[in-house]
Amino acid sequence: MNRLVADVRVARGSFDLDVSFSLGERRTLAIVGPNGAGKSSLVGALAGFVEVGEGRILVGDRVISDTAAGIDLPMDKRRVGVVFQDHLLFPHLTVLQNVAFGPRSVGREDAVAHAAAWLDRLGIASLAAQHPRQLSGGQAQRVALARTLAAEPSVFVLDEPFASLDVEVRDEVRAEVALHLGSFTGHTILVSHDIDDVAALADEVLVIESGRVSQRGTLAEIQATPATAYIRRLLSGRGEN
Amino acid sequence: MPPALWIPAGIALGLLVLPLLGLIIRAPWAQLPELLSRPTVLQALGLSVGTAGLTTVLSLLLGVPLAFVLASSVDWPAVPRRLMRALVTVPLVLPPVVGGVALLLLLGRRGLIGQPLDDWFGITIPFTTAAVVIAQTFVAMPFLVLSVEGALRASDRRFEIAAGTLGASRFTTFRRVTLPLIAPGIGAGALLCFTRALGEFGATITFAGSFPGVTQTLPIATYLELQRDPDAAIALSLVLIVVSIVVLVSLRDRWTAGLSS
Amino acid sequence: MKRALALVAILALAGCASTPEPTPAPAAPATSEDTLSGSITVFAAASLTDSFDQLKTEFVKAHPNVEIIFNFGGSSALAEQIVQGAPVDVFAAASPATMATVVDASLASDPTDFVSNTLELAVPTDNPAGVKTLTDLENPDLTVAFCAAEVPCGAATVKVLDATGLSITPDTYEQDVRAVLTKVQLGEVDAGLVYKTDVLAAGDTVLGIEFAEASEAVNLYPIATLTDSQNAEAADAFVAWVLSPEGQDLLQTWGFGAP
Repeated sequence: MNRLVADVRVARGSFDLDVSFSLGERRTLAIVGPNGAGKSSLVGALAGFVEVGEGRILVGDRVISDTAAGIDLPMDKRRVGVVFQDHLLFPHLTVLQNVAFGPRSVGREDAVAHAAAWLDRLGIASLAAQHPRQLSGGQAQRVALARTLAAEPSVFVLDEPFASLDVEVRDEVRAEVALHLGSFTGHTILVSHDIDDVAALADEVLVIESGRVSQRGTLAEIQATPATAYIRRLLSGRGEN
Repeated sequence: MPPALWIPAGIALGLLVLPLLGLIIRAPWAQLPELLSRPTVLQALGLSVGTAGLTTVLSLLLGVPLAFVLASSVDWPAVPRRLMRALVTVPLVLPPVVGGVALLLLLGRRGLIGQPLDDWFGITIPFTTAAVVIAQTFVAMPFLVLSVEGALRASDRRFEIAAGTLGASRFTTFRRVTLPLIAPGIGAGALLCFTRALGEFGATITFAGSFPGVTQTLPIATYLELQRDPDAAIALSLVLIVVSIVVLVSLRDRWTAGLSS
Repeated sequence: MKRALALVAILALAGCASTPEPTPAPAAPATSEDTLSGSITVFAAASLTDSFDQLKTEFVKAHPNVEIIFNFGGSSALAEQIVQGAPVDVFAAASPATMATVVDASLASDPTDFVSNTLELAVPTDNPAGVKTLTDLENPDLTVAFCAAEVPCGAATVKVLDATGLSITPDTYEQDVRAVLTKVQLGEVDAGLVYKTDVLAAGDTVLGIEFAEASEAVNLYPIATLTDSQNAEAADAFVAWVLSPEGQDLLQTWGFGAP
């Protein structure tokens, strides 16, 4: 079984992050928690742009980071793709060039054709020649999705991907993500503070509060026995915007 | 915008534009073709444009990396950080002649580095075209460094993180993301550098001297000409202005946009 | 360290301070009651820097209410500034030609020659190139500085070269004679052609080598009050002091010749 295993301690200033979890392939783990809990640091540790103080991260038998063994793969070698909250599309490149960026970086000769195929899959082929500043929020986030997936990551991380979108758009984009997650063969991590995202997309949930895991399980399990006051508040937010 | 601002703004505009108008009006238009076709004029022009171009290239090669170092100095402790910034800015506030004297003390025949160069390799720098480029680089490179550094500070470093997660190595990220994003800042810096180098006088004449075809750049030739034939000096001044305008106009808008960012 | 000291000395010679006088100075003629006041601006050739500073000191002793402001530089540049309207009271030029520029613009009349000057070869104190005569400068391996032809010292250089038939190509044409002197003092050039008076003023920071053909180009220095002077009384008094026997003695201690 190809599991994503993470066991990390990250120094953060206010409180350290100390988290341990594992995830099976083709599964989606939602990481939820209040602002400042450490979710983004965890994303950074997985992707490689936040330094891990102590711990290990493995994808299957591939060691991405192991402080004891002195292993720390650079970002570009980890194959951990991230969709950021504010998309971070390269402003000087067209949509097509943005989506082709990942494949081209690893030397793929048909990077452009590959990118065009992804634009098709997400229904945004018509945007190919536009620049990010010309796109609406929903369009930009779809392009960001295409860009990350086209790079064929083994771990797919979505960091609050819908938080900047309008309500109506959010539902649409979320539905598309659900569609593509269905055919994604790697591990997916979804960071969110919105219970609707969790319900729509996640197989399992990890709750982080003040840098520590406060509960782990399926959504049903957590709903049945919420472990903390925050989780109770989170669950009761279901259906409200 | 309060309408009263037009008064000082109008004066400022006048201060900038009227001297140029004066030059154009007083120019000896009838003699211009003859004055400008003199070999000394073409020589000085060629030397000025050539050295300024070399200076810009040198400043790009050395100054862009320095800009990166300067931009990363925000993480340093206070004393080294401020020292770094002061050192880069010094040529901007130094009177050019003083800069020329400093260069002589360093690279002149009896200079700290110049003397060993002369004793061991027989290389002397003053009175050569290389000296002109060095003098120009000393005064003009800081413009480029500060412009590029400004662009770096203003750019979002998270784009580089995004590029990394997409599989781009550090060098690929630098080449395909960082550089294009700061290109307007580099363009504006290069433009400032070129025009400053073109007009450089004090450091050049002190360090490199003045010899036609070798070190007598257009500003120096103009100054000398003013004492002998003011009409010729006006003609040379017009040439300098035209060259500057051509440079400004031939660059694309998005490069000069960097000047205002 | 020695070079830095030399540099400080050069800056001092460049007019920032007055150097020690070669002999006790003759006193300016004292007037019984001094009616002169105000300030006058004097434009003077670069080669007059030290001597005029001393003339000023003596003049002010006799006329304490007069302020004298100097501007030293290449005579041709100064002449051009006067023609362009700089407010000047007295002009002392290093050649009749540069004075003529001002006279032709009707800004001065009746200039009087007050001293003469000849060229001298100057080399750094250790004479690194072993220069002995003017002919040595023909060697292309030497680094040589001349005045630009536009300035009087340069015009004299051209005359001397014509007279001797030597073909010497310098490495740089400087803006005024003091710039040539500085390059020699700094050791940046092996030799330069400057005035006798500059060699004297530089003391032991340069070595002077006289040459016979210098007499082929004697520069006459005219002085005149400007017609638009706002303080003609004080200006005329200063010119009179320069032309007086005591003023002339002072100038000759600095190496100038009689006009």
